[in-house]
Amino acid sequence: MIAYLIRRILYAIPILVGVNLLTFALFFVINTPDDMARLQLGMKRVTQESIDKWKQQRGYDKPLLFNSQASGTNKLTDTIFFRKSASMFVFDFGYSDDGRSISREILTRMWPSLSIALPTFVVGLLLYVTFALLMTLFRGTLLDMAGVTLCVFLMSISALFYIIGGQFLVSKMWHWVPISGYAGGMDSLRFIVLPVLIGIVSGIGSSSRWYRTIFLEEAGRDYVRTARAKGLSELRVLFRHVLKNAMIPILTGVVAVIPLLFMGSLLTESFFSIPGLGSYTIDAIQAQDFGVVRAMVFLGSALYIVGLILTDISYTVVDPRVRLQ
Amino acid sequence: MSFKPVILWTDAMIFLLLAVAIAGAWWITRKPHLLLPWQRLSRSRAGMVSLLVLSLFIVIGLLDSLHFRVALPENNNANGQTVYAAEVLSVFDILVSDLRSQTEKTYSAPLAVYLYAKESTETPDGKILREYPRLQYGGAHLTDPLHEHVRDVIKRSLSGVLAGLLAGILLAWLIVAVAASRSRMSARAWVQARQGTSLNAALGAMILILMLAAMTLNLAGAYHVLGTDKVGQDVLYLSLKSIRTGLVIGTVTTLVMLPFALLLGIAAGYFRGWVDDVIQYFYTVLSSIPGVLLIAAAVLMMQVTIEKHAGWFSSSAERADLRLLFLCLILGVTSWTSLCRLLRGEALKLRELEYIQAAQAFGVSSLRILTRHIIPNVMHIVLITVVMDFSSLVLAEAVLSYVGVGVDPSTNSFGTLINNARLEMGREPMVWWTLAAAFSFMLVLVLAANLFADAVRDAFDPRLNRTGDAK
Repeated sequence: MIAYLIRRILYAIPILVGVNLLTFALFFVINTPDDMARLQLGMKRVTQESIDKWKQQRGYDKPLLFNSQASGTNKLTDTIFFRKSASMFVFDFGYSDDGRSISREILTRMWPSLSIALPTFVVGLLLYVTFALLMTLFRGTLLDMAGVTLCVFLMSISALFYIIGGQFLVSKMWHWVPISGYAGGMDSLRFIVLPVLIGIVSGIGSSSRWYRTIFLEEAGRDYVRTARAKGLSELRVLFRHVLKNAMIPILTGVVAVIPLLFMGSLLTESFFSIPGLGSYTIDAIQAQDFGVVRAMVFLGSALYIVGLILTDISYTVVDPRVRLQ
Repeated sequence: MSFKPVILWTDAMIFLLLAVAIAGAWWITRKPHLLLPWQRLSRSRAGMVSLLVLSLFIVIGLLDSLHFRVALPENNNANGQTVYAAEVLSVFDILVSDLRSQTEKTYSAPLAVYLYAKESTETPDGKILREYPRLQYGGAHLTDPLHEHVRDVIKRSLSGVLAGLLAGILLAWLIVAVAASRSRMSARAWVQARQGTSLNAALGAMILILMLAAMTLNLAGAYHVLGTDKVGQDVLYLSLKSIRTGLVIGTVTTLVMLPFALLLGIAAGYFRGWVDDVIQYFYTVLSSIPGVLLIAAAVLMMQVTIEKHAGWFSSSAERADLRLLFLCLILGVTSWTSLCRLLRGEALKLRELEYIQAAQAFGVSSLRILTRHIIPNVMHIVLITVVMDFSSLVLAEAVLSYVGVGVDPSTNSFGTLINNARLEMGREPMVWWTLAAAFSFMLVLVLAANLFADAVRDAFDPRLNRTGDAK
């Protein structure tokens, strides 16, 4: 188990290098550091000296990938790519173009993101599982069919509709909560309710339907038939047998998503002007702040890999038949 | 009127796809074992009805993909050369040219006769009146709108519905008659032989669609059925034009990603070893980058390139089209990994089966095994994934365009429509029709796609129990 984990973590390194290389290529194939400097300095007639100075300050005055003037391993290390990515592996993200520490920003902006993402995730999961379980209980009846139809209908509606409609109905018509914004402490509750609610509603369709399929698959197994043949009530069969076993694919699927909750949601955060990581990323992309985008991509990928490893571990925890080697 | 055909990149892609689909259909009808799941599909009511709706969208999309530039009438014969208008039109634009050209001054509500905003007008005796001016086109035929308006709308709707009903019944009768005579049965016997199939549902849906279409058409002749937007364009026209973009995003993306996913996935599963390692590394890297981030970064980079090389494009339509194509490419890059993983798993499973091992023992080359034995046996997965992805891609386009990393702002799409209308809900009185139109059109398209995808999955997934299906 330990050996497996170590191997998985070591395997993550080349993947993260690849991710870095890809983002790097994406930004620099088209934009030279000169272009970036010009964009940041923001003037039409920028002198070459000020560009050079900007590049030197930010460390963009080296060759991109391969330094032919240096000697030995310096050929590879004395480059923008190496200098900028190596420090990422110890989670030192450097500074954004406006001079702020990216790590600091991430640490402060993480909380608003989490305060939206976590309740959405937990309450949503409970609701979806309950809904799916109900549909399974009434499977084959009109209720089940109505439930599935509702799910298909709900998942065919654009996420934009849920957000725009929700904001309009709850905030503009009924004046229950503010349309958007965020505040620290207990005050934030007012601002959180609506995005969380919308997040939950927009996920009902696809998630419940997916969980229902899992439940149904499990409910058709031999051991479930045996349990029914023993004379157990349908409810007991559902909760004691089906739910327990169906939770394996559900939980392991869910575990992969948990680390990514830190990243926040781009759409929700920009709609509700929540100062989280999602809106941070959007702003950075629009300002073409390479440092921030690279940091966020790195963070996202690292969290994704953590999610994959957690999934593997969770398999061994919930299903003793699975052994990692 | 002379014109010059313009083939945009996405047009070429769409017609390539159409050709592939027709060739595929021709191939399948000649193989009874390939035809079987399609026959199963044709028995699904939801599947056939949604297919009908989808084909209506597809026809509009195809008509909207035949682009051309009209020759300008003036200075044509200046030096014997024909000069073409810069604007790229499509056959669809010509068909609904009234909708396209009849623009009002600004907002007007659906079926309205008056403008949304009050305007100052000067009466002949020098007084200035603040009132809602009449629309230039909407309800222009009415002399006394106060009394005639409602009656006229009802009359036009009813006559439209009636015409649609008649046309629908006629068409249904024609279809049954032709089909029956081809199978040498009486029409009654032919229909009776299809009891319990999707025939009735499909014909009923067809009649309903025709009724709705005829009603809209009849109303659109005199009114703006879905109102007009800020610059007075007809919202119905904008919504119909958005269909093409949605279809392009949903289908061309798949066309782009399919070869990669299919080849790499199968190669990884079949060859294993270092090939598998390399391919797995490749798609793990791609899938570990948050999709939206990758798309956003790539689209922004492309925008910079397009701005730098403005000379590459001869018209703005071409530029917008290339941007659309690039969006498809980038969406394809981010979405092929899941299909690739699925195919790898399936190939891993298939390669251990007896018939593949037998082929290997006979010394059949790997290439031949892949093309003859593995690919045909994973096609159902490909088909199911392709159909299932369609709806999520259409939804994704709207979100991306809304965030500002989607299609070109000049391209008609559901996303740009919603984006342009984002502040309209806050107006007083509220302007709801643009958003409502965009969301309803999108809902119908995506819902039909989802229902069709379900029917396809039910018909093609071999894991499903089909005991009741045996003939």
